[in-house]
Amino acid sequence: MGEADLSLAPLSDPFVPELYRTVRVTRELRDTVTLELAPLSGKRPAFEPGQFNMLYAFGVGESAISISGDPAEEGTFVHTVRNVGAVSKALSALEAGAAAGLRGPFGTSWPVEGAEGSDVVIVAGGLGLAPLRPAIYHILANRDRYGRVSILYGCRNPGDILYRHELEQWRQRLDVDLTVTVDHADASWHGNAGVVPSLIKRTAFDPHDTVAMVCGPEIMMRYSMNALRGAGVSEKRIYLSMERNMKCAIGLCGHCQFGPEFVCKDGPVVPYSKVARIFALREI
Amino acid sequence: MEGLDRILKEHAFFAAFSPEHIQLLAGCARNHRFTAGQYLFREGDPADEFFLIRQGKVALEIVAPGKEPIVFETLTDGEVAGASWLVAPYRWMFDARATTLTRAIGLDAKCLRGKCDTDHNLGYEMMKSVLSILVKRLDHTRLQIIDVYGRG
Repeated sequence: MGEADLSLAPLSDPFVPELYRTVRVTRELRDTVTLELAPLSGKRPAFEPGQFNMLYAFGVGESAISISGDPAEEGTFVHTVRNVGAVSKALSALEAGAAAGLRGPFGTSWPVEGAEGSDVVIVAGGLGLAPLRPAIYHILANRDRYGRVSILYGCRNPGDILYRHELEQWRQRLDVDLTVTVDHADASWHGNAGVVPSLIKRTAFDPHDTVAMVCGPEIMMRYSMNALRGAGVSEKRIYLSMERNMKCAIGLCGHCQFGPEFVCKDGPVVPYSKVARIFALREI
Repeated sequence: MEGLDRILKEHAFFAAFSPEHIQLLAGCARNHRFTAGQYLFREGDPADEFFLIRQGKVALEIVAPGKEPIVFETLTDGEVAGASWLVAPYRWMFDARATTLTRAIGLDAKCLRGKCDTDHNLGYEMMKSVLSILVKRLDHTRLQIIDVYGRG
């Protein structure tokens, strides 16, 4: 047995957050902000679309938040946070210049390379657009590598549309089919009303050569996957991003266990075929 | 009449219907053109026509007294508006407003019901097609009611 190579730099402790500084805060919706975080020292680690970081609000706690920025851009991590609990409330209250802790990136990623050559259907609901945005940036930056690209986004009402300005910009492109729908609206809304799974049958794609990426509330994902399967897309080519309470983020503590999988390590992005059997179980 | 045959045959709603049934139904059909803002029908009106949207966009709305209308669904090419023409007392339960120039085929409800009563095979096809749409819309309505984007 040989001796350990002591010349290798020791791995940093995965439980110790790195220090980051908030460089920009963008208020997206009344309860949702986007934070841009830069490391106090060193380079920001690379990440894959779909991965998440553990963000630490000092004195409050830690929460898993998807990365929502452009993977091709260096320097900062971008996270969109909705104020729904103690940690996210503290994170949402961060101002430019404030410090935060960050561990990551963790988890699996959207199959942006595996989808090359195929049609791509992106189905997002509510804040579920945030984890998909890095994949959208990548696909649009490499548009010639994909077949038809469709982005279907649903939310509660026109006032809750996330990244509205960007959605408007993407819609202006001639090589993307983008549809936004709201659950309900007043008569001044000229866009689509109805639930996001209902858009799938209106969307042009080759079901035998399509990769679908779905993220949003779990019920919305279930309906969307049913609609995609109904349209002929294989369960192996439908990917979703799971959300569970995460603590360690490295597959040790079991907080995020989903059947035999750990969402932090085996997910959050998984092919539907891997979790189909347990996805509808009420106890899980 | 031949033109309406062809239009009905090409409409997604009639994809599974036989040419004979299409021909029968064409006798009840006529073309419509609605400009943006024009109503196809309004809540409480007699549901005397069944609309197949060929092209355009139609907002389905509910109005509460003293409040702005709420749009709960938008229909577009290849979809159909309403089922109240099929169920007594044959009155619309919501408004349908064209939000863009909309071309539709209207099937006279009395004529349609008469043909379905006379030819039960046609009636069964019609019921299957309408029911499949109603079940999907019921599913979607459930999704809207539970407010999946709420704070949970």
